[in-house]
Amino acid sequence: MSSMSTIKYEKRDGIVHLIFDAPGSANLMNEAFQRDFIAASEQVAAESDLRGVILRSTKAMFFAGGDLDTLIRIQPENAAEFYAGIQELKAAMRRIETLGKPIVACINGAALGGGWELCLMSHCRIAVDDPKLKLGLPEVTLGLLPGAGGVIRMTRLLGLQNALPYLIEGKQFSPADGVKLGLIHQTVASADELVGAAEQWIADNPNSRQPWDSSGYRMPGGSPSSPKLAPMLVVAPAMLTAKTQRCYPAPEAILSTAVEGAQVDFDTATRIESRYLTALAAGQVAKNMIGTFWHQLNAIKRGAGRPDGIEPSRIAKVGILGAGMMGAGIACACAMRGVEVVLKDVDQAAAERGKAYSEKVLGKRVSRGKMSADKRDAALARIQPTAKASDLAGCELIIEAVFEDQSLKAKVTAETESVIGSEAIYASNTSTLPITGLAKASVRPNQFIGLHFFSPAEKMPLVEIICGAQTDRQTLARAYDFVLQIGKTPIVVGDSRGFFTSRVFGTYTMEGIAMLGEGVGAARVENIALQSGYPVGPLAVIDEVTLTLPAKIRAQTAAALAAEGKPAPVHPADAVVDAMLAAERQGKSTGAGFYDYPADAPKRLWPELATRYPPADEPIDDQDVRDRMLYIQAIESVRCMDEGVLKDVRDANIGSIFGIGFPAWSGGVLQFINQTGLSAFVARADELTERYGERFAVPDSLRRRAADDTPFAD
Amino acid sequence: MTTEAYIYDAIRTPRGRGKASGALAEVKPVTLLSDLLRELAKRNRLPTEQVDDVIMGCVSQIGDQGACIAKTAVSAAGWSDDVAAFTLNRFCASGSEAVNLAAAKVRSGWEDLIVAGGVESMSRVPIGADGGAWAMDPQTSLNLGFVPQGVGADLIATLEGFGREQLDAFAADSHLKAAAAWSRGAFANSVIPVRDQNGLTILDNDEMIRADSSVASLAGLKPSFVQPGELGFDAVAKLRYPQVERIDHQHHAGNSSAIVDGAAALLIGSTAAGARLGLRPRARIVSAAVIGTDPTIMLVGPAPASKKALQRAGLSVDDIDLFEVNEAFAAVVLRFQRELGVPSEKINVNGGAIAMGHPLGATGAIIIGTLLDELEARGGRYGLGTLCVGGGMGIATIIERIAG
Repeated sequence: MSSMSTIKYEKRDGIVHLIFDAPGSANLMNEAFQRDFIAASEQVAAESDLRGVILRSTKAMFFAGGDLDTLIRIQPENAAEFYAGIQELKAAMRRIETLGKPIVACINGAALGGGWELCLMSHCRIAVDDPKLKLGLPEVTLGLLPGAGGVIRMTRLLGLQNALPYLIEGKQFSPADGVKLGLIHQTVASADELVGAAEQWIADNPNSRQPWDSSGYRMPGGSPSSPKLAPMLVVAPAMLTAKTQRCYPAPEAILSTAVEGAQVDFDTATRIESRYLTALAAGQVAKNMIGTFWHQLNAIKRGAGRPDGIEPSRIAKVGILGAGMMGAGIACACAMRGVEVVLKDVDQAAAERGKAYSEKVLGKRVSRGKMSADKRDAALARIQPTAKASDLAGCELIIEAVFEDQSLKAKVTAETESVIGSEAIYASNTSTLPITGLAKASVRPNQFIGLHFFSPAEKMPLVEIICGAQTDRQTLARAYDFVLQIGKTPIVVGDSRGFFTSRVFGTYTMEGIAMLGEGVGAARVENIALQSGYPVGPLAVIDEVTLTLPAKIRAQTAAALAAEGKPAPVHPADAVVDAMLAAERQGKSTGAGFYDYPADAPKRLWPELATRYPPADEPIDDQDVRDRMLYIQAIESVRCMDEGVLKDVRDANIGSIFGIGFPAWSGGVLQFINQTGLSAFVARADELTERYGERFAVPDSLRRRAADDTPFAD
Repeated sequence: MTTEAYIYDAIRTPRGRGKASGALAEVKPVTLLSDLLRELAKRNRLPTEQVDDVIMGCVSQIGDQGACIAKTAVSAAGWSDDVAAFTLNRFCASGSEAVNLAAAKVRSGWEDLIVAGGVESMSRVPIGADGGAWAMDPQTSLNLGFVPQGVGADLIATLEGFGREQLDAFAADSHLKAAAAWSRGAFANSVIPVRDQNGLTILDNDEMIRADSSVASLAGLKPSFVQPGELGFDAVAKLRYPQVERIDHQHHAGNSSAIVDGAAALLIGSTAAGARLGLRPRARIVSAAVIGTDPTIMLVGPAPASKKALQRAGLSVDDIDLFEVNEAFAAVVLRFQRELGVPSEKINVNGGAIAMGHPLGATGAIIIGTLLDELEARGGRYGLGTLCVGGGMGIATIIERIAG
């Protein structure tokens, strides 16, 4: 039918082929598709000699899924229209599904989200047996639920208990896994065989219907009213709460849809699902997550922060200086992604210990079935431990990960540059020392850059790229390419003390420590942080990095300011830090910090904190405790924008979540301000300033932004 | 002038272990209740057609206990067809609520003579068998912060700083007090043995009491709520109590109420009804109160409910001679005691549900009877019965003994 732009309608031997073929881009469940699919469903229903329907795709990806550009714009006032739209699309799916004729999906490539939902409406799902072909419902990762029947059909196919991981965690699976689960009926070796197999299935099953439309259907594992499911149903919300702390509406809506939908007939369940999806789409958290984890992250991955006009590059061999925790982790991250690594330390034994770290980490992956032994062996073979600087010859990139000591760093820079080629770029993994200063030791300061990894480097997804005053565009582009090459996410920041992540991270821990000192109570500080969506409480995390760090940073800052003739600022956390250090409680590495670390039991808060910092006379309420942590990080990030430490909003948002654990539901430090409402944020910050001090005073730039109502955006 | 409501009689069944191995597992709940009603009519020479209404508490109203067991039992007892009946559910306070409601009806002047009580056969209809949105519907559970009661009890102990030994000492004491009460015949007037159709005795004593209970004997029991807590219910509780670093799970089968089968019935009426039937009033129902509290910690209602009932009666804590505080969990009673400043000698002097059991729908009625028996034995005047209640509620009833 010529009026359709996204679906080709073909009919051969009584079989209708609905061929997804969106012009230009990937197949999406956008308005045009919706219109076309409804029209196609009506045309199929009107066919007089219909033998079956085949759903297939002309794209490498079977179907990409929902149209996030539209979804992010849904507001509560569009709820009625949005709900009606999904219901119409689902009615069309249902129209085809219940014709009594066989419906077959030919899955040639990834079918995620809406794509997998189109497969689910088919009676038979045939996929190419490609272990890289991804199937599943990842909606939850963007704050949404699979609302085109995904929840309803998956629970009816797998049963509540077995379906939930694929719905609530967005767990993806391959065609082979799908066969085991009973979700894929058949696999074929290549895409050419799909249609033939589909036609055969149609011939073999002339009258076909879905299990749930057949008489005698029972939900696998029982319906929610069955006593067998009772213990699971009672505990499921609590398990979810333990994981998400009620910060994320999507998994809650999915659990509710699954359970409520399983208690009623298919069409009633469909309405329940559409209503929950409407609420999520109109809600704020989905907007935060789509904006940051889809649009902004994709922009970074497409090279938005990379200088234009420079040829893409790859690094074949990297030299890592220092085989301690960071160096060893970076070596592992590189080797896993196929990069040859020369891991250098002062003596061979230290370098070997650094390589042993990879053996341990990768060995664990193998024993957990997450990596094959062959791949591990290949990765390990790429790491060459050495004590000789001459072995670094031929490395295209050097990553220096020695102690945070300027003179030591200068020494290894000189030593290394004497053996590497003039094209090689040199990166320091420093987390705090300005790159411009370190580059003074380099003979090629234009090829000197900061690559700040996070610990454990083989796991943490972020790398903060720091440009010094003389770093050139070429070097930045190559560093950016390298970060993407090893599967990590780069953000690009300016050169100042603490850069972006360490600086903003510091405000979080200091605020937590200050609140302890003010009598909020250690457990309350920690619990409210977790309940706000932080992965670790401020006291626990500063114990991990050790309390000497804030003391050292304070001393350095004071020295730097003294040099400019300015007084050092006083933070209410300082006294607590000093008292802890005086009590010889530096943190986890020394066995005692804000927590005790018994050998045979989980850590417990140091009981003496309760007597040292008794409850305040005027209690600080939970909302203030929460906001002090979130606001101080957001405000410091605005200062970073003002100072040019941050250039792009996406870097602030992604960096804060991936690097320093800012709550993901918020969409990141700057999106947190957007989602709060700029004026509301400023008003609340003013309250906090009055109550807790000048560090909450918002910069003028933000006040102007609020007045103009200009949210942070790139 | 308001009509007063009097208790003319109060009886109960013995309490049997609420498992298949318990003595009363073979007895249907409708039989437990109808036999008790028959006995109540018999010993008070009650012309049953004069009873206006029968109100029975029952928590899990499904299966054997479904379809208005109160009316079924009234009919099964052979009472006059004129008698109406209904079943109510205020969770663990259902039996109390039946008594309080009967008193309110009498005091309103709309009814004269009412039987109030409750029944629960936990061996046959386990707790939670009736499902419900609170625990079983994810959206509701999430929004209400549902946790199992034991996690709430452990949270109370954590917040109050009650240690395991303190909880166990209270529990052991409950057994010793109950054993002593039985041996001196404290319940002789009230406990009606359960018999079969041949008149053979099935059970004539509270089956769960251990006269040799001690802190040492309880020490070996493993806490019951560690696993549910770790699965996520601790996280749910901490969302409302972030001041708690870790919930110390200390309640176990031995310092929590025993799961049992049992029933109770009280005859409640106006002065006129008593005079007409030639019955002597044993106690006056002075005041009653219910109150809601945070549903997550759930079990802190007894103190505020008692304060409310005391205030309504114009009485102080010191005016009360005896308290019956349902021993749902040891921490519940200890917290009540701390909040109201009541000496141990006045609380649960004949033991409680830890020793004798907590047949959910009946317990509230049972403790009013226990209170009355002991006020009579001691010649005391005022007694207060109170329970913590599921969903986050508390209930209290104050009675005044009428000197005979």
